Amino acid sequence: MALLEVRDLSVVFKRKGEEPFAAVDGVSFDVEPGQTVGLVGESGCGKSVTSLAIMGLLAKRGVEVSGSAKFDGTELLTLSNRQMRDRRGQELSMVFQDPLSSLNPVISIGLQVTEVLERHRGLSRKEASVQAAELLDKVGIPDPKRRLTEYPHQLSGGMRQRALIAIALACRPRLLIADEPTTALDVTIQAQILALLAELVKDTETALIMITHDLGVVAGLCDEVNVLYGGRVVERAGRHDLFRVPRHPYTHGLLASIPRLDAPRGERLSPIRGSVADNIPWTTGCAFAPRCPNAIDTCVEVTPAMEADPVVAGERLLRCHNPVEPADRVEQEILT
Amino acid sequence: MSTRTDKIDALAEQTARSDSAGVSVAAAAWRRLRRNPVFLFGAAIVVAFVVLALLSPWLAQHDPTERMLGDQVSRARDQIPPPQEGHPLGGDQVGRDLLSRLLIGSQQTLMVGVLATLIGFTCGLVLGTLAGAIGGWVDTVVMRAVDVMLSIPGLLLAVSIGALFASPTQFTVILAVAMVQVPIFARLLRGSMLAQRHSDHVLAARALGVKQRAIVFRHMLPNSLGPVIVQSTLVLAISIIDAAALSFLGLGNPDDRIPEWGAMLGQAQSDIDSHPHLAYWPAACIIVVALGFTLMGESLREALDPKSRR
Repeated sequence: MALLEVRDLSVVFKRKGEEPFAAVDGVSFDVEPGQTVGLVGESGCGKSVTSLAIMGLLAKRGVEVSGSAKFDGTELLTLSNRQMRDRRGQELSMVFQDPLSSLNPVISIGLQVTEVLERHRGLSRKEASVQAAELLDKVGIPDPKRRLTEYPHQLSGGMRQRALIAIALACRPRLLIADEPTTALDVTIQAQILALLAELVKDTETALIMITHDLGVVAGLCDEVNVLYGGRVVERAGRHDLFRVPRHPYTHGLLASIPRLDAPRGERLSPIRGSVADNIPWTTGCAFAPRCPNAIDTCVEVTPAMEADPVVAGERLLRCHNPVEPADRVEQEILT
Repeated sequence: MSTRTDKIDALAEQTARSDSAGVSVAAAAWRRLRRNPVFLFGAAIVVAFVVLALLSPWLAQHDPTERMLGDQVSRARDQIPPPQEGHPLGGDQVGRDLLSRLLIGSQQTLMVGVLATLIGFTCGLVLGTLAGAIGGWVDTVVMRAVDVMLSIPGLLLAVSIGALFASPTQFTVILAVAMVQVPIFARLLRGSMLAQRHSDHVLAARALGVKQRAIVFRHMLPNSLGPVIVQSTLVLAISIIDAAALSFLGLGNPDDRIPEWGAMLGQAQSDIDSHPHLAYWPAACIIVVALGFTLMGESLREALDPKSRR
């Protein structure tokens, strides 16, 4: 049994006077301890909503969450607010995108680290401070004792994200969800933060869900990748398999659209045509069909099912009527 | 030379603004305020007023309740003591030293203004926190009550509340003025609490399992107080005017031995043709003090509001 088993998770937003909107539509995946699972897709594909649903952080009104998310055998979606609150920060934790706005500007870093230790570990302020300094040291913040007394605006962007990671990992959660943790940082800091996450996850056997739109992040960190489109998983594969042989036209397009340093001068980028707005409901076919270069008539008539790849071997799943032939693969080596 | 330093200052300010995320809001605001003549003018008035009010028992040359010039007062011949040696502003209608009464009167103004603002602030804080933190029907009930109160003009509401008390005292004036300010504070605080509720750091705190009480009092409230604190300097000015108006209308402290600017203005009405200076002085005091607090509050608000940064 996996640490986290998400089965058929759906999130429907219901507003008065508007059509219900399914932001997440039957998403299933497993996360094992020590494993890093990527949720990849462009803005609006439902990756953040998936994580908020697992954490129980979605609004109660106007949102309908169905399906199942079992954490260590316990169904998270039916837990009471109080039970869920006791688990958040303790068993499951989360790192957000923008480190500045995710920290409380009016209280010191120290208080924000000790708060979670006092809350879940029942430590005194003094004991918590000692641990907080150790935590900051562990995430690579120099002079941790002084940093504890400082406020978020006094730290650099990378330092803030390190502090957030320290806070999220303070109680040694068994599952960490990182929602685009490097998007707001510059490239050199991104690499440091990713290396830090990889190291911490390896050392502590923490399961990590990595939410990102950055395929470079996926290539560097994830063991298994779920590509989302329009609220559904369209392709799942191990990281090497996915990059070597992308099968879904969307994954293929994402990989092909990455600019390459070794591309001949003057060669144009190959974007995926259209935008996320140009999709059709999954109920009447494949949501990606209007943008898909491989689309055939079946694509707008029958909703493709998530099935084992008929051609390529390996543990991979695919939701496509007319996948990209393995021969057409993008010759890309961005695995670093 | 001066243009050069100006340029450097302007550049420095630009730099400071461009990385304002790294500078604390208060420090950035102070940098702007220090050079704002409007703020300096308002602050100078406020400081002078507070110092005068606190030192007035020692500054006043005479007992404000003693009718020491009583022999110069004659109702029949319409005589009121004119300015003279030792009494630079002369006496009032019953022969008490006008300058001493104005000075001691500043105490009342300061006390009423500060206490009314404090009470209004506290009640508004409680209501605004309830509405903003709990939401749902509590929010609806509080906000509709606030709407009703806001729909009545402030002074009219103060007069109505003041008139509820059979025998007005200093305290009823303060209470009446304070009640008018409650809805303003409540509404303002609720607004910024709601904005905080959906902020990233509150979501992050919830993701850490922080308890609701800590989220409200540690994460939402302290971040919501800024606009409310700024508002209180503006409310101080309104309170001073409202309190003076209540006294003017005879809804203030009936004990006329304690000098109060609004009451002095009211008493001066009957002699306004022959002795207008009796009205001018307290009126000028009220206007200048209210102006000082307003200018200070407005420039404070402007400095702390990221949208109005020039």
